[in-house]
Amino acid sequence: MHIQLGGIDYAILLIYFAFVLGIGWVLKRYMKGSTDFFLSGRSIPAWVTGLAFLSANLGAQEVIGMAASGAKYGIMTSHFYWVGAIPAMVFLAIFMMPFYYGSRARSVPEYLKLRFDEKTRGLNAISFSVMTVFSSGISLHALAKLMETLLGWNYDACIAVSASIVLVYIFMGGLTSAIYNEVLQFFMIVLGFAPLVFLALKDIGGWAALKQKLIPVATSQHFVEGTWTQSWTHMGSSLENPMGVGWFGMTMGLGFVLSFGYWCTDFLVVQRAMAANSMSAARRTPLIAAIPKMLFPALVILPGMIAIALHYSSGNQFLPIGKDGTPDYNMTIPALLVKYFPTGLLGIGFTALMASFMSGMAGNVTAFNTVWTYDIYQSYIAPKKSDNHYLWMGRWATVFGILVSIGCAYLASKFNNIMDMLQLVFGFVNAPLFATFLLGMFWRRTTGHGAFFGLLGGTLGAAIFHGLALSRGAEVGIKGGWIAKEFIFHSEMGQNFWMAIVAWTTCFVLTIVISLATKRTKTDQELKGLVYSLTPKPETAHEPWYMQPVTVGILVLLATLILNIIFW
Amino acid sequence: MNFDLRLPLGIMFGLFGAILVIFGAVSNKEIYEKHSLGININLIWGAVLLVFGAAMLFLTWRASKKAAPAKDQKKKDAR
Repeated sequence: MHIQLGGIDYAILLIYFAFVLGIGWVLKRYMKGSTDFFLSGRSIPAWVTGLAFLSANLGAQEVIGMAASGAKYGIMTSHFYWVGAIPAMVFLAIFMMPFYYGSRARSVPEYLKLRFDEKTRGLNAISFSVMTVFSSGISLHALAKLMETLLGWNYDACIAVSASIVLVYIFMGGLTSAIYNEVLQFFMIVLGFAPLVFLALKDIGGWAALKQKLIPVATSQHFVEGTWTQSWTHMGSSLENPMGVGWFGMTMGLGFVLSFGYWCTDFLVVQRAMAANSMSAARRTPLIAAIPKMLFPALVILPGMIAIALHYSSGNQFLPIGKDGTPDYNMTIPALLVKYFPTGLLGIGFTALMASFMSGMAGNVTAFNTVWTYDIYQSYIAPKKSDNHYLWMGRWATVFGILVSIGCAYLASKFNNIMDMLQLVFGFVNAPLFATFLLGMFWRRTTGHGAFFGLLGGTLGAAIFHGLALSRGAEVGIKGGWIAKEFIFHSEMGQNFWMAIVAWTTCFVLTIVISLATKRTKTDQELKGLVYSLTPKPETAHEPWYMQPVTVGILVLLATLILNIIFW
Repeated sequence: MNFDLRLPLGIMFGLFGAILVIFGAVSNKEIYEKHSLGININLIWGAVLLVFGAAMLFLTWRASKKAAPAKDQKKKDAR
């Protein structure tokens, strides 16, 4: 596939990047201390942090990956939203944000230090730093690869240019710059992809016609007719659906462990809420994000479903065919852009796509520079320096983080489905983490030793399980099975979900056992503001209903439930 | 922070909208037959973006008007 961008498309692209860099430049003079650079001086209104919260996650894995999954698995992909993300975001807003924001911790690892001890913080800080540069590298690679394929741009030049743009605007404006650009990018994606969905859906003849055209997609792969258009009906066992997961593995693995682990403990997203200008704004951040998030399947999954329907009804003509003879699902969005967007609008769509990769990268870089500077550099390497020194370090950590990302980008080219790979990394690092937070926030008896060794055990458990499990047809090695081929799954996704369940359970049980066996090191007084039962509840009764996290949270959950039922 | 994000949002999308509307009006209609089902999507969506940009600018203007008198009494800006 090849795209020819016109002059007007390039003009739009250039204008966008001028604004991106311009925002960084304007914000430069506001960066007076490390709090401004890493936490935006805790001064951002809720609607901005809310959209940035959503957008920070809207990188490569969302736009390209979700559309690819929409084509590959159909509407079942919506579980990532309506079972996974939304409940986790509501939980974060109602239960967890009071501790994050209220404790005045500057990062998630720092919360762990306040709640538990130094070693737990260190472990989390180091694993998290590695993960962020890794993810940032994946975004970068995906972007360059796509530009190379579609436009014939040079891969190396693409990496250099996009990495430099991200570097410049974060170097100048820190977290605020990243957040503001994420909001810009949020509107680019929504306003850039809405006409795509409209045109594609109109072309295929509406939802009813799409349902009809997805029947042969399902039957030709030996599934029941409605498999692509019913999200729950075919979850009875892992053999009934293309995802290769049953309802238990999906709700527990994806819904509970992975999603809560990601949305509630990943500093990349939590950092956005921490930058909010008040406790109330911090708690509303994930809720404001949840509302558009709920509707995003229409923007990212639906196009994938349309693309696969077009692919089948046109005699395998629509999507390019990969080396293994199956359609190249990652090309879903580009194929639709080429088909439906004339030059002009193509510039908007293309810019939206590039923007999403770059903000996915920027989100990781800002999380990395904060954790590196506060939790590693200030804690272990150079404590008690002036605030200016840490601001300086933050800027150079940005440079360093981007250089490592570039290295990771070249590494990332080994994998074909970006999303499965991200899930794998989250499985190792994030899945056990949510057990630690749950116990830490809701059980005052949890000790530092319990948390640390529980976390280590959980991560190790994940690694061992990965070594014992393999998905059907996969090669032994990076995909698993390097100890023995003990458990065979129907899909890589099923394997990842179960690995998350194993990691979480190992961590949960180990933390409880070790906590009971070790002495408490923190008194009730020290845990005030860090543990649920010892913290006064934030007072919200005087606020109107739409400002109250619990009320809004319940409404969001109800709406999500209705969506699940409609597409059951 | 005394910097309203709606200002760059308004200018940028207003600009994009204007570009698309103008281009939609002068461009060869054949490209719409080929791509967007015969619909002049540049013109239509350009208008949508233009309205969105204008709305953002209006909100920025309203907030700054509100903030100006409030600033004299209290040192607090609207957003």
